[in-house]
Amino acid sequence: MNKPMPATNLSYRSVFALIFKRDLTIALRHKDDIINPLLFFVIVVTLFPLGIGPEAQTLSRIAPGIIWVAALLATLLSLDRLFKSDHSDGSLEQMLLSPQPIFILVLAKIVAHWFITGLPLILIAPLLAVLLHLNEQSYGALILTLLLGTPVLSLLGAIGVALTVGIKKGGVLLSLLVLPLYIPVLIFATSAIDTAALGLPYSGQLAIIAALFFGSLTLAPFAVAAALKVSTN
Amino acid sequence: MSATNLDNANLGVNNANEKQSLLSASSVTCIREERLLFDQLNIEINAGDIVQVEGPNGSGKTSLLRILAGLSLPYEGKVQYRNQSISTCQEAFHQDLLYLGHLPGVKGEMSAQENLQFNLALHGIKSNIVETESTLAQVNLTGFEESLASHLSAGQHRKISLARLYKSNARIWILDEPFTAIDKQGVQALEQLFKAHLTQGGCIILTTHQDLLTFPSQQLKKITLDYTFDSIGE
Repeated sequence: MNKPMPATNLSYRSVFALIFKRDLTIALRHKDDIINPLLFFVIVVTLFPLGIGPEAQTLSRIAPGIIWVAALLATLLSLDRLFKSDHSDGSLEQMLLSPQPIFILVLAKIVAHWFITGLPLILIAPLLAVLLHLNEQSYGALILTLLLGTPVLSLLGAIGVALTVGIKKGGVLLSLLVLPLYIPVLIFATSAIDTAALGLPYSGQLAIIAALFFGSLTLAPFAVAAALKVSTN
Repeated sequence: MSATNLDNANLGVNNANEKQSLLSASSVTCIREERLLFDQLNIEINAGDIVQVEGPNGSGKTSLLRILAGLSLPYEGKVQYRNQSISTCQEAFHQDLLYLGHLPGVKGEMSAQENLQFNLALHGIKSNIVETESTLAQVNLTGFEESLASHLSAGQHRKISLARLYKSNARIWILDEPFTAIDKQGVQALEQLFKAHLTQGGCIILTTHQDLLTFPSQQLKKITLDYTFDSIGE
């Protein structure tokens, strides 16, 4: 009388790959998701030399801050897409009701989000750093802090999006929730780049960002899963 | 154990230890926006049952289905899957559940075929191109397999999500307005599918404003929700 076979459970890896591939496919076909944050990042950074003046000394002094603040805002701008479209077309419900563990689904979505928004920022940042006359010794620190820091932005941001996804106009609330959480990353990242400019070791700041990264990597997916359940209630 | 229990349930064996309803809700109360939608509702759904939830707009049909699926928590009461609370046996329950809400869950950026393939894979059902094509043909979407869903109509979106029913292993089907935007022919095909599902030991809970005349009365249960103005705190 029963239907032939119970649904087989997928391994964590195949669930991850399934969601990751889907999100990348969607982003590549809907190119706005990739281009908008990147364009925003480039425009904000290029506006500063125009506003402040082309003096190399001033620009190189403020370059780390500009690049990091712009990266932070660009990530914030892109966060909405993480769950909003899935929520509005009903696919989020289907994911929550699937027999797969939610934290894996969530982690795959966040990693895909970082590939779409974080990685392009890192690739273009050195170019913009040239524009801002960033100190030559600081390039390594810039790339390393971005590599460790932007995933933290995606992970922490996901918690905020998950909490506000059910609200019609949650944009302002999202920035209020998320931006304070970004401050530690901003402080340690710019401090690391400044220290590198002086030729001093910056491994301390880097270690703290790495700690933030691993902490949020392990804990954020669970917080996001719980927040999504509340939001869809 | 599932097979024997199901058979007993189908034959109507009234042994308290043996009989195990697939899904049951006991004294479920739902409050939305300070309005009492339903109060102390008891539902028991066995294999082979089709339950139609009726009521005017805003009477809480969707809320009831979401509570039964575990998407929303009831204000009071509990929902049980085979005598276990759905929160304690979530994985087993989700394997046995197919919920289609009033949103189709179809991505505009993916083709009909990719959508179906993903929806099946998410629920652990692997399918190749040939299989998804034949499934899409069953819902009359032949020729649209490669079209991006954003180029298809609302009815076709619903058909993509309904196509999952043909491949599903789940026994509990919770369907919110499955006939919306579906053409007459499609509705008939769906009713045939529902009948096959019921004889295979499944159960269906659905909301629809259509009359389900083709189902025998002993199989079709009806839950009627009234639109009430009882507000709490007054």
